[in-house]
Amino acid sequence: MKMIPVETTINGDQTEFLCNADESLLDVLRDRLGLTGAKEGCGTGDCGACSVMLNGRVVCSCLVLGVETQGAEVETIEGMADGETLHPLQRVFIEEAALQCGICTPGILIAAKSLLAKNPDPTDTEVRYWLAGNLCRCTGYDKIIKAVQKAAAEMRAA
Amino acid sequence: MRYVKPESYEAASALLAAEDGIARILTGGTDVLVMLKAEMVEPDLMVDLKHLPGMHDIAAEDGGFRIGAAVSSAELGEHAALKAMWPGVVEGAELIGSTQVQNRATIVGNLCTASPAADSVPGLVTANAVARLHGPHGTRDVPVVEIPVSPGKTMLAKGEFITSIYLPARPVGASDAYLRFIPRTEMDIAVSSAAVSLELDAGGTITAARVAIGAVAPTVRLVADAGAAIVGTKLDDDAIAALIAATEAACSPITDKRGTIEFRTKTAGVLAKRAAHIAYSRAGGKT
Amino acid sequence: MALDDQAKRTFKVVGTRVGRPDGIDKVTGKAAYGADITAPGMLHGRILRSPHAHARIKSIDVSEAAKLAGVKAVVTGADLAIPDDEGFADIAINCLARDKVFYDGHAVAAVAATSKSIAKQAIRLIKVDYEILPHVTDVDAAMKPDAPAVQEGRALENVPAGMSQNVTTRCAFGHGDVDAGFAKADKIIERSFKTAATHQGYIEPQACLATLGSDGRGEVWCCTQGQYMVRANCAAVLGIEESQLRVISSEIGGGFGGKTSTFIEPVALALSRKSGKPVKMVMTRDEVLRATGPTISASMDIKIGMTNDGRITAARGELRYSGGAYPNETIEMGAQAAFAAYDLEAVETVGWNVMTNRPKEIPYRAPGAPTSIYAVESVVDELCQELGLDPLDVRLLNAARKGTLSAYGPTFNEIGLVATLEAAKAHPHYTAPLGPNQGRGLSCGFWFNFGGNTCVSLNINDDGTVGVVEGNPDIGGSRASISMMAAEELGVPYEKVRTVIADTSALGFNDITDGSRVTFAVGLATIEAARAAIREMCRRAAKIWGIDEDAVLWEDGAAVPAGPNAGTHPPMTLAEIAAVAGNTGGPIAGHHEVNADGAGVSFGVHLVDTEVDPETGATKILRYTVFQDAGKAVHPDYVEGQMQGGAVQGIGWALNEEYIYGEDGRLQNAGFLDYRIPVASDLPEIETVILEIPNPGHPYGVRGVGETPIVPPLAAISNAVSRAAGVRMCELPMSPPRLLKAMTG
Repeated sequence: MKMIPVETTINGDQTEFLCNADESLLDVLRDRLGLTGAKEGCGTGDCGACSVMLNGRVVCSCLVLGVETQGAEVETIEGMADGETLHPLQRVFIEEAALQCGICTPGILIAAKSLLAKNPDPTDTEVRYWLAGNLCRCTGYDKIIKAVQKAAAEMRAA
Repeated sequence: MRYVKPESYEAASALLAAEDGIARILTGGTDVLVMLKAEMVEPDLMVDLKHLPGMHDIAAEDGGFRIGAAVSSAELGEHAALKAMWPGVVEGAELIGSTQVQNRATIVGNLCTASPAADSVPGLVTANAVARLHGPHGTRDVPVVEIPVSPGKTMLAKGEFITSIYLPARPVGASDAYLRFIPRTEMDIAVSSAAVSLELDAGGTITAARVAIGAVAPTVRLVADAGAAIVGTKLDDDAIAALIAATEAACSPITDKRGTIEFRTKTAGVLAKRAAHIAYSRAGGKT
Repeated sequence: MALDDQAKRTFKVVGTRVGRPDGIDKVTGKAAYGADITAPGMLHGRILRSPHAHARIKSIDVSEAAKLAGVKAVVTGADLAIPDDEGFADIAINCLARDKVFYDGHAVAAVAATSKSIAKQAIRLIKVDYEILPHVTDVDAAMKPDAPAVQEGRALENVPAGMSQNVTTRCAFGHGDVDAGFAKADKIIERSFKTAATHQGYIEPQACLATLGSDGRGEVWCCTQGQYMVRANCAAVLGIEESQLRVISSEIGGGFGGKTSTFIEPVALALSRKSGKPVKMVMTRDEVLRATGPTISASMDIKIGMTNDGRITAARGELRYSGGAYPNETIEMGAQAAFAAYDLEAVETVGWNVMTNRPKEIPYRAPGAPTSIYAVESVVDELCQELGLDPLDVRLLNAARKGTLSAYGPTFNEIGLVATLEAAKAHPHYTAPLGPNQGRGLSCGFWFNFGGNTCVSLNINDDGTVGVVEGNPDIGGSRASISMMAAEELGVPYEKVRTVIADTSALGFNDITDGSRVTFAVGLATIEAARAAIREMCRRAAKIWGIDEDAVLWEDGAAVPAGPNAGTHPPMTLAEIAAVAGNTGGPIAGHHEVNADGAGVSFGVHLVDTEVDPETGATKILRYTVFQDAGKAVHPDYVEGQMQGGAVQGIGWALNEEYIYGEDGRLQNAGFLDYRIPVASDLPEIETVILEIPNPGHPYGVRGVGETPIVPPLAAISNAVSRAAGVRMCELPMSPPRLLKAMTG
């Protein structure tokens, strides 16, 4: 199979890679670019652990082909903190014990950040529905919802 | 698999027509990539169409709207005028998958997957939506209701693809609604579903009604009798009973891992009733 | 090791809500899980699985696959040893089948290739000639005398007449004259229940990176609940020595018991040995659901007699569990747990395990207990309904307490059941008004908890900081709680301690992370290791001060002279002692090895309000409160997290999760689309009330907390739904089609 060259922007950095036509963005990120923060929990868009931003919208990177990102802007969990300064969501997730095993955490943080960009003051119900595609098996979601709300309040006050 | 981004509609249909192997079209990718992963299909050719002109547009046309084939569910939900005119169509589109899937999935993809459980299709059917097809022999318009012919199969000819969907204009006092039944609150495939589109006169009497049901037959089904059952009424108890009876009579579902024949039939009637009440209220009717 | 005198102890670190040491790595994507690492020259492994529920393998032809360019090794069952030990042998034939496949998804062969796509192509080129055999997936059907035999020669020695050769276990527990007890009852209810098998549903599929040389030396990196268990299983299955195999546990993306066995690691090692290269294997979600272990499926009969004022006079249970295609002991725990919450004069529980053509059961959080307690708590609730009694009062009246002879034999020590029931009764949730189609349910829950084999090494660093080395993968924040207990005991700030998880070559044997044992047993060993280090530090201070070592005490992180002849030396802090350790005898460390006893059983009570839709059978969880005795809660956030997470897994089990098999014996819902675990929008806030009844078996009073919370939800929700719907539900999950059918007849 002939590989296809792709030029894209990942976390603000110009990036070039070669991939097969049928390779998902998730596989490209993990296997070719060493960005393993996005996880494969299902590979079929049912768990959200592979969530990334594609041109400003949160998507499952397992449901995007690598070749589709030609000329696109991709943001992953690796680009969320600013150097050593964590994004408020990241910091509050630690403070509020909103993670246990942590495998769903990168996807949930990406999805939560996209929610707060669109709706800085969501209700609990809105947070729950926005995150319905991000499965977490450890926490029962309770502390996740509370952490998102606490971070949202901080971000509104900032 | 070859991945191609053709430069025009004509080039796209020529490519698709010439392919001897398995060809698939890529816009949102939320169905086709799942099939790839599950090894249900291994296309020889993947044609990406979403960069072509008009594919991302929601354009006003003759009082209605033309929706490009690559418009995502999320974009539909963000279009205030469209949502005001066809709330049931938009709520169907907004029920497809998660937030993440919403940002990629398209109603055209939902239609072309030809699942009887497709969430956006019943609403499009009751809206009398029309799909514009492009193929090797040019362009033609086909009512959405005619596109799926059986589970996983459409009437599209080789080399043909849908470029847009047209939602017609609405008179004053008209609205629609879509409901589905799923075991959870999100992330499931509809076990049964119903869409209702209504037009009311100034006094609140229904003058026109279309009812469509999903996941209860090999394709989404328009139930003329169910619509007729409520025309001339204000959704009184008798009308609702007739609506439910006609809806249930139109069901010919299967029993599978998601639901039984009895369950699907019963809930389709319930959903048609509830959707009718919502559409009636949205259209300005008071019960 | 007994509880310290609590009156003297004011905790400084334990009981606070400190940040977790793995937090930053996990919120930035840096944490390395099973599938996150690579090795130079690595190959990709992939497994071919049986599409049949039950078949004889007549032949396997791998020649075409082996010839494909890029394929470096192909293995089948013949490449693994069959150990003498039955347990290891079952693991071997479960990793790669020998002459028969036992279930849809059973591994048959595997390849290693230079890319994932070549590996995928290669397994399609393997030709397996199957002779399809009759299959059985239902527990009751499998028990009937004419049922297809899943495995020959594994049956109980004396299978009773009327039962099949699939019956592998019988167990019985109880005391008193049950028949006499029933004769005293005013009301007797007897009901049969069924529950579906459910999966742990961890979000991270099994993954490993393995290398093994022809000299028998190897390494495995994998996500597991027990690196020592992986080492033992792999060594046995590959016929190599444990000393030569180093197993490193990665960060683990959930387990809930599901990662207490091995599926791919021995296969990856066999492929590596054959190819001479490192091999990475990552399961797909489909493989996880079809081929790793779900919990048991169950069929149960429960009979309970009660007086008009709510006293239980006798109880009897007969439980039939299937742990899949292999003999299985989960039934023992289910049968022991069934009536544990009650102080009973007469009780009898009989349990059976039966083989079916389903994947090998692997423990799932409190294995065996949720189902049997569901059945018991459903009958208790129905008796309360029939007799017009308050369900909390009835449970308080019959509750097990200190001194109760438990239904499974032991006499209970200090336990928290009465306290949790009283807390539930006092909570506003219990008396909040309910609307139409709404119902309130409650259930008690119980888990044994476990201690087990544990090693801890604690090092005093020369800069005055502390390193703890322990051997249990951190599945719920245990590195934080272990560091907290070390800091507490040493009298240093939490931030001065770092706990790491050893690989198998760096520390002695540890049992797996299971049985809610880590905070209890590793904590206990850490406290003892710290005490050993303290004794050594006191000796060093005595040496410096030139006084007798008995005249030195440890207070607030420092050695202080004590006693009449000790003199007036200023306190020497841990850091000061550590700084000069080289001059006083060398590095300072403490260690402790123990097979910990005294874990202390755990009880909880869950309270739930549900609303059912009479037209669709949909159930909505309106309000949920968890009450649990945690012993001393080391890190309250993580205790709450366990209570909430367990409750939500139980909600899934009660309402939607199930293994659905077709007539052909194939699993029909091997994906997160149709294996429906709860999503965020399905749930209300999960309120928690922690009770702290100290466990007499731990110096700080700690009890395991992780498993108990999955036990009560099944019955609590079933009781709530039954009351809301006006019909007694006796089968899980209460999926909408099932509930609607029950409601409408």
